[in-house]
Amino acid sequence: MPRMNAARKHPVEFTLNGRTVRAEVENRMLLSDLLRHEIGLTGTHVGCEHGVCGACTVQIDGRPARACLTLAQQVRGSDVRTVEALAPDPAVLSPLQAAFRRHHGLQCGFCTPGILMSLDALLRERPDADREDIREHLSGHLCRCTGYATIVEAALAAAEEQRKEETTNA
Amino acid sequence: MFPFTLEKPRSTEDAIAAAASGARFIAGGTTLIDLMREQVECPDRLIDINSLPFGGIRVEGEDLVIGALARMAEVAADPNVQRLQPLIAESLIEGASPQLRNMASMGGNLLQRVRCPYFRMLDAGCNKRTPGSGCAAIDGLNSGHAILGTSDHCVATHPSDVAVALVALDATMRVKGPQGERSFPVEELFRLPGDTPHLEHTLLPGELIVEIRVPGGPHSRRARYLKVRDRASYEFALVSAAAALSIEDGVIREVRLAVGGVGTRPWRLRDCEAALVGTRPERRAFEEAAQLARQGARPLRHNQFKVELLPRTVVRALALAGEVA
Repeated sequence: MPRMNAARKHPVEFTLNGRTVRAEVENRMLLSDLLRHEIGLTGTHVGCEHGVCGACTVQIDGRPARACLTLAQQVRGSDVRTVEALAPDPAVLSPLQAAFRRHHGLQCGFCTPGILMSLDALLRERPDADREDIREHLSGHLCRCTGYATIVEAALAAAEEQRKEETTNA
Repeated sequence: MFPFTLEKPRSTEDAIAAAASGARFIAGGTTLIDLMREQVECPDRLIDINSLPFGGIRVEGEDLVIGALARMAEVAADPNVQRLQPLIAESLIEGASPQLRNMASMGGNLLQRVRCPYFRMLDAGCNKRTPGSGCAAIDGLNSGHAILGTSDHCVATHPSDVAVALVALDATMRVKGPQGERSFPVEELFRLPGDTPHLEHTLLPGELIVEIRVPGGPHSRRARYLKVRDRASYEFALVSAAAALSIEDGVIREVRLAVGGVGTRPWRLRDCEAALVGTRPERRAFEEAAQLARQGARPLRHNQFKVELLPRTVVRALALAGEVA
């Protein structure tokens, strides 16, 4: 059986924001650390490092997951998306990001990348998401600035905009 | 986190052999990675079982069969689970957070370790973490701890929500091990702490949970899970109750009742069930039966409120189940 020795680094290959990446990592390397320290994508934040605060949330095969509780070796062959994938261009915000800006959905911004990745997945899967759905999906995130109200408003606005867009395109 | 060897099994037999010689299984990792970071657990070999064929959910006759590697979110959203055993879907949605439910496997959920803060505090006594070191919770902060099934060595509650539903529904589990496979009730997975709180389950070395089987019946549709907690979501239960009723001609024919947040394992309430059979599904009958739930309760300094909250939660869960059309 393939056994990856504890003392050495081992290759891992996966798709990150649409591009194939290959890295050499120790077994104990967490996905959050790989993204930030090895690959240099620091948009994914690390807060509690416990699976509680949600700042490290990324999408693995489309589903929000906590990068601080995921071994880098466990995303082998997966499709990982981080907050860096949201904006279509460095100068242009995604509709969800723009809604956050408009509705003051952030102050210090530390929790924002994780929240955006949860809401991005929610609005893709359930374009009709209502206030209650949004609140439920925010339950895995801690924000100490906003009191969440403006985040919910931003998400509702983005959902509405997305529905309008779809009607126009149809 | 300390370094460890990571093994990728080619077959189930590979995985079982590795575990029988001391490797730890890892699936979603939501409990284990956290505990390894905290150095509460320091395994030197992990075996990644995610590639083994124990995912998925299927229906066999009246039984719902859930693969041990199915994720909590996947099970909660499954149309067959929602149709045949809505209690399971409801209990899953009440647990953890969306991101964790996407990661955590059903087998891992059942084997998750306790949330007693002293278990994670390396400088506090904990007989579960370090046998013989004492239990800091007994004289410490213990508002979240158990009132049933405790011992002088451990008072931690079992934290799973879906385990409460599975125990209520008489679910069984199939496990594979070095000696072959066997099936037994999910309820028998969990040990009481007694004087060996470090032994939490009845799996033998190398045994791997492969699936959970939930028998259907008239009670399955009229079933609700009620979780009482300090905040509305992403919090462990102070008290929770899973109640399933089968009612014919206005009389209760069958009851399944289990509670969480109060016991050192998911706690089935068979005396309450027996008291309810043959009665009309009315509040007074629920209240009388629910008083039996607290038999044998041994509250600690900060959790005496659970002795009263327990029967009240049972009454409300029964009332909710009774309302299901």
